[in-house]
Amino acid sequence: MRTLLLLPLLLLGAMAQAADHGEALYQVYCVQCHGVQGNGKGVNAAHMSVQPRDHTDTQEMSARTDEELFKVIQQGGKSINKSVLMPTWGGNLSDDDIRALVAHLRRMCCTKQ
Amino acid sequence: MKRTIAPGIVVLLAASLPLAVQADVAADVQQQCGGCHALSHDYASQDISERAQRKGPPLDYAGNKFQRDWLATWLEKPVRIRPAGIFPPARVSQGPNGDVVDPATLPAHPAVPAAQAAAIADYLMTLTPRNDLIKAETWQPGTIAERMGKMNFGKFKGCDGCHQDEPGVGGVSGPELYTAWRRLQPAFISSYIADPVAWDAHSMMPRGDSNSDAVHKLADYLKVIGEKQP
Repeated sequence: MRTLLLLPLLLLGAMAQAADHGEALYQVYCVQCHGVQGNGKGVNAAHMSVQPRDHTDTQEMSARTDEELFKVIQQGGKSINKSVLMPTWGGNLSDDDIRALVAHLRRMCCTKQ
Repeated sequence: MKRTIAPGIVVLLAASLPLAVQADVAADVQQQCGGCHALSHDYASQDISERAQRKGPPLDYAGNKFQRDWLATWLEKPVRIRPAGIFPPARVSQGPNGDVVDPATLPAHPAVPAAQAAAIADYLMTLTPRNDLIKAETWQPGTIAERMGKMNFGKFKGCDGCHQDEPGVGGVSGPELYTAWRRLQPAFISSYIADPVAWDAHSMMPRGDSNSDAVHKLADYLKVIGEKQP
């Protein structure tokens, strides 16, 4: 019984840990375009023909599944018929890294703090 | 007997002098440059958080990367290559339209007297731990119509999202590339475009899926625009 009660807590802890790792990755690979605040207004955004996604936009982000987010990070914007300005990160990041980024995106877009 | 030994000693001393000088320069580089630049690294075994701690680009493979004469000249009169510094998130402030580079936070590289700059450049050129990557490179620098090259660089490959191919044109998080041909070795340019992660496990440049022809087209474009630079 105690195990059953602990399981959700352990899962939540693991998810938070993944999101923390995702946040560290986000700071290195994503904020240049998506912004320090994740609002799509990074230092490069002003020079881009297509504006980066606002990751704090709950409505827009809720329309994307985790699988789609994983795919666009791994294989780039072209893989979902979006801009080539979103690069392919699959050569830099492991699958676990990308899952951590997705967890961070979910926390950023859809968890009100 | 003494007559034969004495010149021999002089010859030996003269021969060992460059090594001694090089040892001095190595110590100088360690002391002067090591505080900001990695002179050895194992980024692959480190956590990603190390990327934010860097104060300058790694120099441990400088001899595989730079053009010696450019390096000596640059050390004497440094100009900014990375508009947003080595780690852009640390250099931004919030403007009305989003993140902007805060110039006040960008440290200036110290200028080095000419003789010292030449000695440092000579020493750095001896650091060639990635000859394997250089030797594997097949790019024969060629040419490309500038207009086509620019379209490929921007519209097709999206490099202009992070890099400038002319002053003030393009993204600011990556190093400007209009002088890349002047400062970097041809084989390094092509190799780094093809696989930046092989050079730096935490490179902020994506390892794309371009084939070697596509990589060489981009490298040719950097040559074309670089040759226009004064």
